[in-house]
Amino acid sequence: MELFINLTLFFMLVVTALAILRMRHLFAVVALSGVFSLLCALLFVTLDAVDVAFTEAAVGAGISTVLLLGTMALTARNEKMPRSFSPVPLLVVVATGAVLIYGTLDMASFGSALSPAQTHVAAQYLERTPTDMGIPNVVTAVLSSYRGFDTLGEVVVVFTAAVGVLSLIGGLGRRRYKKEEAQE
Amino acid sequence: MNMEFILGHMNYWLFIILMMIGFYIVVARGNYIKKIVGLNVFQASVFMFYISIGKVEGGTAPIFPIDMNIDPQVIYSNPLPHVLILTAIVVGVATTSLGLALIVRIREEYGTIEEDDILEIDSAAQVSENRKEGASMGGRA
Repeated sequence: MELFINLTLFFMLVVTALAILRMRHLFAVVALSGVFSLLCALLFVTLDAVDVAFTEAAVGAGISTVLLLGTMALTARNEKMPRSFSPVPLLVVVATGAVLIYGTLDMASFGSALSPAQTHVAAQYLERTPTDMGIPNVVTAVLSSYRGFDTLGEVVVVFTAAVGVLSLIGGLGRRRYKKEEAQE
Repeated sequence: MNMEFILGHMNYWLFIILMMIGFYIVVARGNYIKKIVGLNVFQASVFMFYISIGKVEGGTAPIFPIDMNIDPQVIYSNPLPHVLILTAIVVGVATTSLGLALIVRIREEYGTIEEDDILEIDSAAQVSENRKEGASMGGRA
């Protein structure tokens, strides 16, 4: 049953991604990217990552879509027709995919309790969280306490990005006004 | 290559196929907004790949009962990939917004967000500059 759900969701994801590839209308592309994020969130739920599903639905489908729509409103609505089809990108992509699939052949099979990812420190976190923190959600405990410095680093990255965005487009309205004045 | 091996690894391969569709959108399409969407598709596929590594067969989400009476029989999935991907999603949106701000600036300067047009404008500017410099240097440049 789980395999069936996974395969169905995967099929929908592929159709969405191919539609993003084919569409020339940027509004449709942005809307489909929101659909893609929500389907991802569903897949995260079936993979037991409910916190990630939450974040993906709120941040991936919500904030990203709003940002993309804003950019679209400030720039262009349609994609230009490509001049010619080039086989080089396709070759690069197929070669990369083949190498990546070759890389997975050594991996433990999906859901195995004996894979290296499962046998290392993960069990420790699950064991210690009730006594160390006393809160039910292990992901929260790891995120904000055991690996709190990671989260601090994340905040620094978000702050840097915010400063970058503000310095890039901060004076947009003012510059436009000046340009109009100069034209007059 | 038996059936069990294929079923056990199929999830990884499916996510790699999705990743490659995203990658193709990034390299083959000239519109910058579409490139960013492609990058998001690629990124989301990497997230799903990561999360699928943390899944344990028959496991459940790593959240204990509220009264903290933990049944030792219950298997919980690995919480570590979830934590890493939570961080990665937020950082991903930060980088996306920076990329989109760059696109807005590019549009302001060039009047277009198509890669072909921008390359054309750049090479035309280069040619005219070479001509101007060449004249001042006696036609040698």
